[in-house]
Amino acid sequence: MNSGIPIQYFLILATLMFFTGVYGFLTRRNLITILMSVELILNSVNINFLAFNRYLYPHKLEGMFFSLFIIAVAAAEAAVAIAIIINIYRRFATINVEEVNEMKF
Amino acid sequence: MASNQIMFILFSAMIIVFSILTVTSRKILRAAVYLLFVLVSTSGLYFMLNYQFLAAVQLTLYAGGIVVLIIFSILLTSHISQNFESSGWKKNIFSAIAALTGAILAIITILEYGFTASTEAAQQVDMRLIGKSLLSVDYDGYVLPFEVISILLLAAMVAAIVVAKKGAPKKIVLPKLNQE
Repeated sequence: MNSGIPIQYFLILATLMFFTGVYGFLTRRNLITILMSVELILNSVNINFLAFNRYLYPHKLEGMFFSLFIIAVAAAEAAVAIAIIINIYRRFATINVEEVNEMKF
Repeated sequence: MASNQIMFILFSAMIIVFSILTVTSRKILRAAVYLLFVLVSTSGLYFMLNYQFLAAVQLTLYAGGIVVLIIFSILLTSHISQNFESSGWKKNIFSAIAALTGAILAIITILEYGFTASTEAAQQVDMRLIGKSLLSVDYDGYVLPFEVISILLLAAMVAAIVVAKKGAPKKIVLPKLNQE
């Protein structure tokens, strides 16, 4: 399935995706779009784990289980983050990070 | 050019184009749909690498679960037709420089490092093996992370309910804080 495709192609693809996520994380101001950038970053790391596992250690399954656990952590993170975002929206009526600057009141 | 190379080029072009659109789109709902395209193409890459189980998990959990959750929260907190204002060219340019520098450094490192592909026979990934490894305590077993992740998921579920629970009605727009 992956014959004729060197491992570097997968790694470069994951790098580009990772830094696109970093760019979005730095420029966005809306909390939900920041969360989406974080999902991009996590996803690119998953591609890296699987490419390393398939090309360099095909007789083991460690990269696959790492990706599985990363996906589970990402799901938990998204659930908690969205609960917090909805709570912030209820109190401040906005989810712009520059207007939400008080943590205690 | 073999068919799998064509598929790889297709998937990677989709991933790069749609992830750039995800972080630059001015409409938030469109950004969420572009993110869905990125996640589906990623699961295509997992199929190419022969990890069918993980590709299915990616489709159901990421593309099915997380994107739907994000779209729900967008509908709860924003107006669909609302456009973001641009976040200032200075911030955009400096972030782009930072991201490009990081990407170029990483790509140079990847190209210089000589990876030697393993010649070992590939492990067949079937469901029986995955289930046994997740619950085994041997050298190749993953029972400890499995249990930790189950506690994490339970805690996240409880936390999400507690945080988002409707409390007593509060003032929506805050007055300024008066210290003491």
